[in-house]
Amino acid sequence: MSGDKLVVQNLNAWYGKTHAVQDISLSFPDKKATAIIGPSGCGKSTFIRCLNRIHETQPKARSEGKVLLDGSDVYQADPTEIRRKIGMVFQRPNVFPTMSIYGNVAAGLKLHGGYSHDEIDTLVIESLKKAALWDEVKEKLDQSALQLSGGQQQRLCIARALAVQPEVLLMDEPASALDPISTARIEDLIFDLKNSVPVIIVTHNMQQAARVADRTAFLYLGKLVEVAPTRDLFERPTEKLTESYITGRFG
Amino acid sequence: MRGASSRARARIFDRAFGVFTFLAAAILIALPVLLVIVIAQASWPALIRFGPAFILDKTWDPNLPPITFGAAPFITDTIITSLIALLIGIPISIGAAVFLAELAPDWLRAPVAAVVDLLAAVPSVVFGLWGLYVLVPYMRTTGDPLLTKYLGWSPLFAQHAGSQSGQSVLTASIILGIMILPTISSVSREALRATPDSQREAALSLGATRWEATRIGPLSYARSGIFGAAVLGLGRAMGETMAVTMTIGNSNNVGTSLIDPGQTLSSLIAINFGNALPLERAALVELGLILMGLSLLVNVVARLLLRSMTRMGATTA
Repeated sequence: MSGDKLVVQNLNAWYGKTHAVQDISLSFPDKKATAIIGPSGCGKSTFIRCLNRIHETQPKARSEGKVLLDGSDVYQADPTEIRRKIGMVFQRPNVFPTMSIYGNVAAGLKLHGGYSHDEIDTLVIESLKKAALWDEVKEKLDQSALQLSGGQQQRLCIARALAVQPEVLLMDEPASALDPISTARIEDLIFDLKNSVPVIIVTHNMQQAARVADRTAFLYLGKLVEVAPTRDLFERPTEKLTESYITGRFG
Repeated sequence: MRGASSRARARIFDRAFGVFTFLAAAILIALPVLLVIVIAQASWPALIRFGPAFILDKTWDPNLPPITFGAAPFITDTIITSLIALLIGIPISIGAAVFLAELAPDWLRAPVAAVVDLLAAVPSVVFGLWGLYVLVPYMRTTGDPLLTKYLGWSPLFAQHAGSQSGQSVLTASIILGIMILPTISSVSREALRATPDSQREAALSLGATRWEATRIGPLSYARSGIFGAAVLGLGRAMGETMAVTMTIGNSNNVGTSLIDPGQTLSSLIAINFGNALPLERAALVELGLILMGLSLLVNVVARLLLRSMTRMGATTA
């Protein structure tokens, strides 16, 4: 299918003996947000952690299968290059505590080098604006990132991920540790972000999937049960399992 | 009735428990106070005889009148040996800690960590013996001549008469550097292990290599713990007596060269105490007082540095 930014073919992943992701094939179109839903332990986090090859950095973790970014296999490339191209935001805000707000956003740029001072400045400001944090921090860029509230820290993490100009953005339950107001801000943000970069968001919150995602995939016990445009999946699921889950009969 | 009496017993026990913990804490506070009082009392004759000049005076002469005692050479050598020990010990122990905490495969981690911890259990006299039988002869025949040959132009490595024994400030510093390895490396290792995985993943997800992820993840996150480890190491180096006494050469003269023999506060106390007459004995105890003061100073400065480090952290990064 043309227009697919990221294509996953027959992906399997293990933690030790646990077969967490079982033979999943799934495509992600460009400039769309895709939600991955399912009960805890269904393998949704492991699944997206395979896409930027961060799964394999855990001891005893391994994976098999193909992940194609613009047609070329992620698993044949340099993992550090892949992780720069496929950014990630985690469940809990993990700002670098010894760095300033500015330093956090610039961290990735400084790693890869080749940017002038002015370019870094520009990208930092741009990323903070995209993450809807600029107005709140523009007066205190040199202060510790730990001074920010949880929701602000998570938006800082988003800005940090955006600064290296990723081609895909993965989000692993990015609002699960946040209060409702912060959650709403993150959701608005995802809605805007997807116009420039495809977003793949894992969430256990079905309303959240319905609010932010163009397409939704439902995973259960490590398998892909169904994927469809979000509206269709929630209103006319084709699988019984999906229907039971979204109507709250289990989960 | 039984219920009521068991409640009463529980209350008595509760009271006793409170008293016991309070006494334990009180002893810990009273001990250092008593220690300072006793040390100050024992050094009193020297304190009033020599006054503050004691710290700056360079002669230690119990034999020829006028009898003078001064602590300057020993303060200097204590500080120099400890600093060189840190210079040697910090890179090696932090390197080992990073390897064990971040890079080593699981099966290697536990055994190597156990060996490092075992090193901390080696008595200092054994380090001293090793120094005497291995390091001192090596420095005499190879190390010192090489240093003089290539670095002899600098007063730090100049060879003087009487400095050919292999026992020197440098030799003692190397031994100290080795002795503080296990302390610094196991404390830093624990600090690194305490770093949440999310910090490593944050760095990795930006495209960091393993070294880069270690640097901006755990090494930054744990830096106050690693700093604390270095201060612990410094404390151990400053107070170490036996191994230093055996390898430093025990010369009370002020030398400029690191390959000259020297004397630290603790090694002079150990060497001279047995044969000292009352006034020298008091002066030796005063050296102990100074050593305690130095340790206290190091701890206070470290605390202040740590505080400014955590406050400044944001702006320097």
